[in-house]
This record gives sequence, structure tokens and C-alpha cells, in this order.
Amino acid sequence: MQETAWQVSLVLMSLIAFGVVYVAINSGKREEDYGPLVKSAYGFRTKLFWAVALLFFPAMIYNLVGLPLPYSESRADSKLGPAQVINVIGHMWYWEMDRDQVEVGQPVEIRITSADVNHGFGIYDTDLRLVAQAQAMPHYTNVIYHTFKKEGIYKVLCMEYCGVAHHNMMTEIKVGKS
Amino acid sequence: MASYTYTPVPDTGAKAGVLAYLVVSAVVLLLMMVFGLLMRLEQAQITSIGGLWFYKIMTLHGAGMVGIVALAGAAIMWHFLRLYVDLSNGIFMANLALFLIGVVMILASVLLGDFHAAWTFLFPLPGNSMGLWSTGAAALFMGGLLVIGVGFVLLHLDIARAIIVRYGGLGRGLGWPQLFGHDDGNAPPPTVVASTMVTIVNLVGLVVGASILVMMLVNLYVPSFEIDPLLAKGMIYFFGHVFINAVIYMAVIAVYEILPRYTQRPWKSNKVFLASWTASTIMVMFIFPHHLLMDYAYPKWFLIVGHIIGYLNTFPILIVTGYGAMMIVYRSGIRWDMCSRLLFVSLFGWAVGAMPAFIDGTITVNYVMHNTLWVPGHFHTYLLLGMVAMVFGFMYYLGKPNENAKDSPIDVAAFWAFVIGTMGFTMSFLYSGKISVPRRYAEHLPEWVPYDRLASYFVMLLLAAVLVFIFRFFSRLGFAGRDYQRASQARSLAAT
Repeated sequence: MQETAWQVSLVLMSLIAFGVVYVAINSGKREEDYGPLVKSAYGFRTKLFWAVALLFFPAMIYNLVGLPLPYSESRADSKLGPAQVINVIGHMWYWEMDRDQVEVGQPVEIRITSADVNHGFGIYDTDLRLVAQAQAMPHYTNVIYHTFKKEGIYKVLCMEYCGVAHHNMMTEIKVGKS
Repeated sequence: MASYTYTPVPDTGAKAGVLAYLVVSAVVLLLMMVFGLLMRLEQAQITSIGGLWFYKIMTLHGAGMVGIVALAGAAIMWHFLRLYVDLSNGIFMANLALFLIGVVMILASVLLGDFHAAWTFLFPLPGNSMGLWSTGAAALFMGGLLVIGVGFVLLHLDIARAIIVRYGGLGRGLGWPQLFGHDDGNAPPPTVVASTMVTIVNLVGLVVGASILVMMLVNLYVPSFEIDPLLAKGMIYFFGHVFINAVIYMAVIAVYEILPRYTQRPWKSNKVFLASWTASTIMVMFIFPHHLLMDYAYPKWFLIVGHIIGYLNTFPILIVTGYGAMMIVYRSGIRWDMCSRLLFVSLFGWAVGAMPAFIDGTITVNYVMHNTLWVPGHFHTYLLLGMVAMVFGFMYYLGKPNENAKDSPIDVAAFWAFVIGTMGFTMSFLYSGKISVPRRYAEHLPEWVPYDRLASYFVMLLLAAVLVFIFRFFSRLGFAGRDYQRASQARSLAAT
């Protein structure tokens, strides 16, 4: 997902850069009669609007098709058996988890809350890539469903600034075979 | 078909108040950029100031940047808006005085009181310091923000009053009679439309921001007065998002006013323009949920609205303002100087920064990229290369000695250093976001440090450029207050 987001952003940013450079290069010689230029520019703008709309709207709908949202229960494949549950409580500045070992390939239900201030529960895979996150908030429980696809030790980092030891608020989830 | 003639308006010098705003903005902006560099150097392991100082500086950098760009944006808006409506100089200055009082309170809270709950001051962090700061320090910080907010409320109330007196209502200020009825060509000028939008959304945003600040201040001293943390977070992000977006909408007035002078082409308030500003007025107040996509306790429909509006909000920026600027520059014979360069590149910075922003608003992306450096990556792009470039463009405009004055090679070099420095620095943020580096970390894992180092060098480059910009503005303050022609006419017109 990160790779896709990065590449799509680069393409869109490059398109804008191309347009801006094109205009800058063509800015030196003046077309005195602005009327016809405006007319054709407005015509092109309308086409651009529809082109962008035809690109964006399906993309937006596509990204909503996963509803209920990607972190919802539907993502946990119930055929693979009952979810393994981890109850998580964020504290300044450590994580309290009632289990830290789960099975690979089996859905995990992670119920996250906080005992004090806002924290963020971010799960990093063995390549240090963020694979799931939720806010840890006092008085509320945010639930994520995740199926670990690879064995190994996953890091948990705090994703919401929570004070002076925010960057040290780490723990681990061990993912292995039963 | 309407004719597209441009009626030149004499360039007006800045009032003393506007210059005072800009001088304060330049000094604080520079200081906050130095703070930004210090944070990058710390993450790059070039310095070792430690977590406490990192987070204190981070708190000052966040609050200071939000505040100072608002002040600079207000200076631009006020300078041009007063050409159309009758604004109160007293209230303008009262806002500056309240701003400075608020800044002193915030500085004291952080530097003397060790407060470091970030500008987001998410409840209940300010009251849960684990003994690292006192209740008084937290109250001083939030009180400082409140004082600054009160100043801006006064300013916006005065602007609302002035627009209502001149145009007969805020709807008329947005050009609704022309948008929803027959476009008689008499819609208010872009400056008035933008100022009306900013005033509406900021008054709502500031009232919500002040409400949560007051609630949290009460809670600090009367803990039995309980606040729902989810509500508090929603209110803070609503206020913060509206306020920082409004800042760009204030500053873009410089583009609307100054680029037509250079190109002798009008920026018209036609139906598409008016529709986009009315749409932005509504959307900017509903876009903030993309900060809350991982608070699953919110109703799903609320998060979906954030997703959809995040996408839609990109349209007015790109299709109307960005494209409009390209239109009036294309084959205009514009003469490039520091002002026109900076204003032109600001549209690039704004649009190009909006791309990773709306990508982040996509729920599936947000799930694995929010709260990483992807987020500061996008907002630094459109704030620094967008909004701040508009401010520096405005400063060069005010200080230009005469319309034919040439820029020195140092200024031109500074321009390119600013563009390259900013893009290098923000792309390193974005790339770090791509590889999942979390935001707001005083210490980075060894795998992340090379990108921090690279970013630090780019920040140094842009800081050097900003020093040139600011030095030039200060050395030309004498020109800035006078009335004379500044914008260079298009080449062919100048030759006739």
C-alpha cells in the first residue's frame, strides 16, 4: 500500500510539475488578445475537470468498496477459525498486553484502549513496515482485526505523541506456528 | 462574451500595521525554522539535545508556525481587503498586541515551565504530565492560545462587519447573487470572496477551538469537570484544520491581486470561481475527519464523509486557483522577478503538496501511513513552498524599489535554493513516511537516520535562502510603505 501511495503521489506531483514548467516556458511571449485564449483555456479546463473527475471518483469509490472499513471484522477471515484476542492498554510510556504470542495465518482481534492519555498502537512487520494501526484512547476501545501473514517478531510502536518518552514506547508481538 | 481588459490600480504601500505584522512574522518564522532544523539535526543524530528539549522545541515549532503563518496571512488579507472595504486599524493592531501577549505566555510555558504536550494539546495530555510540567504551565500554554484566538476572532468580526456594510451580507461577499442567479459581472472581487470565506470558516473554527480550550482549562483545576477525549480530539482537529487551511486562503489573495498586475490580465470572479469558493467554505469544515480515521469509535458515516470530502476538496484548488494562475501567466509576457517567481511557484507548492494530502485521506492508505512522516511531508510542502512562498512574494512586492528594478543574483540564487531546499526536505519527509517512520519521534531507529541527515542539509539550504529573503525585506522596509508602481508590466506593454 505504501509503495502504491508513493508512486501515485509521484505521478500526480510530476504531472503538476510538468504543467507548471510548460506554462513557465510559454510565459515570455505575450498573446495580446486574451479573449480567445481565455475561451480555449476554459474549454480545456472543462475537459480537465471531467478527466480528473473520471479518474478521481472511481478511485474514491474503489477505495470505499472495502466497506465495512478495512480494519473491520469482515477483513478477518472467519473461515480460518475464531479470532485470537489481544487486549491492549496504553500507559505512559509502555504497552500492557494480555498476550504477546499469536499464530501466523490466523485472524487476530486487537482491542486497544488507554489508561491515561492518547497513544497510537502501530504494528510493524519484520521489515519495519507499518501494517496496521489504531488510536489508543482513554474511555474508548478501538478494535483492529489483523491476520499476520509471516512468522517473526513484530514491533509495536506508539503512533500518537504522548509525552517525553513517546519514542521509547515499544513492545513486540511474536508470531509463530502453533 | 465579457471583455478581458485589465484596469490597472495604483499599487498601494503597506500601512505601518501591515509592516509590523510582517516584521514579527519574518522574525518568528525564521526562529521557528531554526527550531525545525534543530529537530531534524536531532533525529539525524548530528546533535543530542535529548527528548525533553526535542519535544519542547516541537511544541513551540508547531504552535509557533500555526500562529505565525496566520499572522502573515492576515497581513496579506488586510492589506488588500482594505482597498475594497473599510477596516479598523485599531482592531488590526489589537490582534497583533494579543498575538504577542499570547506568544510570551506560550514561550514562558514551554521554556520556563517545561510544557511539551505538542501544539495539538490532545486531552488529557496537558493535565497528565507525569510531573514534568505543572498545571500552571499547561494553563499558561492553553491560555496563550486562547488569547491569540481572541485576537483573531476580533479581527474576523471586524472583517465580517466591513464586508456586510459594503456588500450587504456575507452571502453577497461570496457572490451568491451572481452564483445562484444571473451573473451580472458585479460579483465582489476575488479578494473579498476569499476574505469572506476565511472569515466565515475561521469564526466557526476559532469558537470551537476556544470552547475546547476553556473546557480543558476548567478541567485542569476542576478535574471533576470531565471531558470526553474523543470529543476533545474532534474539536481540536476541527479548529486546527480549519485555521491552518484558512491561512493559505488568506495568503492566496497575494496571488489574486499581484499576478494580474504583472500580466495585465484580470482575475475574474466568474461563476466557476464563486462556486469553488462556496464549495471550499463548506468542505473545509468537513475535511478534518481524515485525522480521525483510526478512531473507530466514531460512526462510520463520519469517517466516510472525511474520505469523500478529502477527495472533493482537491478540486477547487487545482481546477480553479492553480489553473487560473497558469491561465493568466501563459503567454502573458510576464517579467519574472522575485515577487512573480515566488507567487508562481507558490501555486506549484500548494497543488503539489495537495497530492500526497489527498492520497493520505484515502482510508486504506491512511491506515498504514497516517501518523508517519508522510503527514508533515505533505503539509510542509503546501505550507512552505505554497503559503510561505506567497508571504515572501508579498514581501518582495512591497519592497521592490521600482517596477524596473533588477534582482541581484543572490536573490535569484536564494529563490532556487528555497525551491530545491524545500522540495528536498519535504520529499525526505514523504519518503520517510513511505518507509513507515512515525512522526514526532525525538530519536529515530538507525534505519531511518540517513533520510534525516539528507533532510537536514536541505533544511540548511532553505534556511540560507530565507535569510536572504528576510534580509532583503528588512533592508527595503523604507520602500514598503510608499505608494508607487511596483509590479513590472508585461514585456510588450512596457515596450509601447
